[in-house]
Amino acid sequence: MNNLRERWSSLSRPAQWGILIPVLVLIYFLPVIDPPLIATTGTDFPTAMFDVARYALVAVGLNVVVGQAGLLDLGYVGFFAVGAYVAALFTSPDSSLHKLPYLWTLPLAMAITMIFGIILGTPTLRLRGDYLAIVTLGFGEIIRLLADNVGPLRGQIGFQAVGTVGGKPLLANATQWYWLTVTIIVAVLLLVGNLERSRVGRAWVAIREDEDVAEIMGVATYKFKIWAFVIGAAIGGLSGALYAGKVGFVNNQSFDVVTSMLFLAAVVLGGAGNKVGVLLGAVVVAYLPLRFVQIAQYNYLIFGIALIVLMIFRPQGLLGARQRLLAKGRQAYQRLIGRGEQLSGDSALATEPGGGN
Amino acid sequence: MTATFVHAQGWIQFDVHGLATQFWNNTIDGLAQGGIYALIALGYTLVYGVLKLINFAHSEVFVVGAFATWITFYLLGFRTGATPDLSAVEIILYLAIAGIAAMAVSGATAVALERVAYRPLRNRNAPRLVFLITAIGASFALQQTLKLIFGLNQQPQIRLLQPEPLFKLFGASVTNIHVILVVAAVVLWFVADYFVNKTRLGRGIRAVAQDPDTATLMGVNKERVIIVTFLVGGLLAGAAAMFYMMRIPQGAIYNGGFLLGIKAFAAAVLGGIGNLRGALLGGLVLGLVENYGQSLFGGGWKDVVAFVVLVIVLMFRPTGILGESLGKARV
Repeated sequence: MNNLRERWSSLSRPAQWGILIPVLVLIYFLPVIDPPLIATTGTDFPTAMFDVARYALVAVGLNVVVGQAGLLDLGYVGFFAVGAYVAALFTSPDSSLHKLPYLWTLPLAMAITMIFGIILGTPTLRLRGDYLAIVTLGFGEIIRLLADNVGPLRGQIGFQAVGTVGGKPLLANATQWYWLTVTIIVAVLLLVGNLERSRVGRAWVAIREDEDVAEIMGVATYKFKIWAFVIGAAIGGLSGALYAGKVGFVNNQSFDVVTSMLFLAAVVLGGAGNKVGVLLGAVVVAYLPLRFVQIAQYNYLIFGIALIVLMIFRPQGLLGARQRLLAKGRQAYQRLIGRGEQLSGDSALATEPGGGN
Repeated sequence: MTATFVHAQGWIQFDVHGLATQFWNNTIDGLAQGGIYALIALGYTLVYGVLKLINFAHSEVFVVGAFATWITFYLLGFRTGATPDLSAVEIILYLAIAGIAAMAVSGATAVALERVAYRPLRNRNAPRLVFLITAIGASFALQQTLKLIFGLNQQPQIRLLQPEPLFKLFGASVTNIHVILVVAAVVLWFVADYFVNKTRLGRGIRAVAQDPDTATLMGVNKERVIIVTFLVGGLLAGAAAMFYMMRIPQGAIYNGGFLLGIKAFAAAVLGGIGNLRGALLGGLVLGLVENYGQSLFGGGWKDVVAFVVLVIVLMFRPTGILGESLGKARV
């Protein structure tokens, strides 16, 4: 596994893309090919694939919070709910608010969930570890209970015809929704990947590994924790709005804590802090119950046991993040040492401003 | 007192008049419910005091006790429907049998949980978040096992003791069940407090809570102390479950623990987690506050009030009203 990883990172950027693009094309065309072995029974395959993609997007978002910054968020479904309700309130004929075209509600949902992220994050992120987990759980529940109790949010009756244009759904079928979602995932992964390699990403890793040390080394921990929370929230809201648009119906039933735990299970199973890992985790959590219908009844039980077993034997998840980070650090160190030897002598200082890649 | 309704565009309503008329009913009911929170909260607080772990699966330990109570009633030959005509001695006997069964099953579940899920992690010196995720997994697994065995719906109610008003307090009627619940919570709390503060095993618990390494060096068997802590928490949860079933006879349902568990945890934090006195105080206060909130804002807002209390306490006074003190307590 590590060998593979090293070989991957030793490839040049164009070579990496050379491999990635065919894989991506294959992923895009999966619902069209409808391969017999992995096709789902019970649900039609494109719908199943959309569900998997939706979970993948959620996992990527939650990974920013849990995996990269190390903040255990048990109320992530709250952001998902906010996104779904934004889409519903601005597009459904059942809502009395001004109507917007559905696609506009995607950025709007992100913006509003970001505001929610700031509102929740500002007071709570002063807490740490398990206290933070419980407070986020409380906030997730509060959002669900607001949907239950606040009149204009229509409780269980909910909103019909979300995301329709003149009575027709925006996209004709599940395959198109899948394409839209995968496109968004690719865009989000590119953005998050850039963030990961930036100052912000390094700050997150420092906070995750040891918050006190990070603080002492001059990382503005509070600020970066809020950033992680807000960016994670925006991605959660985006996936909520997508879900609302695809299903066309939003009520208070699909945002309970169990869903939140399932999101968390996807991230933790796959390997918190590793983008490929969380995508894999999302596929496991969303796809397996759809493919093997006979286990669907047991799926929460299986994921519960899987979490316990995994935490005992492989707490970093199927694909861990820590090792890769260490490897990255080692590479950087090697490069530094190598360059130092190379440039040993009088020109060492002169090259410093242009150093690095 | 004039009725005051403030409608903020139908989003939230304030019914001050309702709160005023219902005040004493709310108080009595809140204390009874708070007693149950307090008993569950003791389990959270004990485990947290010793291991610094939020035992997320403690709510399922409680639910297992509720099912054990129901099954005991069923095995004793009681069925759903009218309350059977029993003498006081018989009622006490049957309730005691159910209580012991619930305590045994809950205690065993808690200990099993510790051995299967948490001990391997301790042996590996896992970080705290790994413990928490394991606890979530365990909670999931237990809950779903119950769902597979007993199905989605709540068990039909079996009631041995019909609530009867005993006396009036400021116009609010106090039933026998209210009295039993509050007395039971206080008595069991006294027993737990005595156990932790006055017995040899309790001294071990306090020693490990204060400093595990030093305690081990001083000859305290840490593993045994941890088992005892889980056992005591489980026993109290089982007792709480039996009393809860007296109050709400249809309460045996697979996911019934989540809300109670999180509220009991809120109660523990409110009083000061790791502090036995805090658990009792926090439980009673939370029971009162959520009942007042229910009258003020309307039925659906009861749980919101509890969660808001939890969030506010954690944000502004994470050590709770009385502070953390299981390890700091002196005899």
